[in-house]
Amino acid sequence: MKGLCDNEMKLEFSSKTSNEAFARVAVAAFVAQLDPTIDELSDIKTAVSEAVTNSIIHGYGDEEGTVKIEVKIYINTIEIEISDSGKGIEDVEIAMRPLYTSKPDLERSGMGFTIMESFMDEIKVESALGFGTKVKMKKKIEPKQQEDELTNTEDGEASWKRI
Amino acid sequence: MISEYVKEGKTLILRITEEVDQHTADKLRRKLDNEIEVYSPQKVILDCSGITFMDSSGIGMVLGRYKLVKMLGGNFEIINVNKRMKKIFDMSGVSRIITIIDEEEEENEGVM
Repeated sequence: MKGLCDNEMKLEFSSKTSNEAFARVAVAAFVAQLDPTIDELSDIKTAVSEAVTNSIIHGYGDEEGTVKIEVKIYINTIEIEISDSGKGIEDVEIAMRPLYTSKPDLERSGMGFTIMESFMDEIKVESALGFGTKVKMKKKIEPKQQEDELTNTEDGEASWKRI
Repeated sequence: MISEYVKEGKTLILRITEEVDQHTADKLRRKLDNEIEVYSPQKVILDCSGITFMDSSGIGMVLGRYKLVKMLGGNFEIINVNKRMKKIFDMSGVSRIITIIDEEEEENEGVM
């Protein structure tokens, strides 16, 4: 699929909760090239953390597996795909309901998908029982114009000038 | 985590100084519960000013400690919650159950 996006990266790691911090920091570092605000970056880190945690504790549970992350940049939109080959979700619609959790014993709140939905622009979840789950999220990074200044050129026409 | 017990008023102040995700929440709740059980305080203040990252794992962590403190007959309060944490607590309904005191906006304006 080369050529369709402007930049991409792929990441694979063991399904250990100790990798959650690594995963969100790695995605944030890659996305930094779009010059996001601290808020935009925090939104992305939170959403990545939620999806990765789901893969580790719900997808694989006590078994060990691999979590994959793919990030693509299309001009100023980022697309993040987080997938596992775990046990899958029986009913995605129910799993996505706020406060629904299959693991209340782990003090899970059931807010993971709701947070992903609220912090990203778009989310799509595909899952097949016994095969795994894939979460695709998109977010547009607003281009910054603070360094640009509206100036008047000699012939009186307004134009943007980079300072 | 930094824990401070103020004898006067039997208040236990617990300041979390790490990122809160599923990985750290496990250890954190054990440490927090231990402190709460040791002092059996009348009031527990959870200070969030040292939290640099929190995902939904923070919801369960906070609610679990709230339940424990209530069970022991104490009061529970959360202070120094930033905008993002507030949003997560509002979305999950935590703010309707637990007293949350935000970071003072005026103080932080221009610093952020």
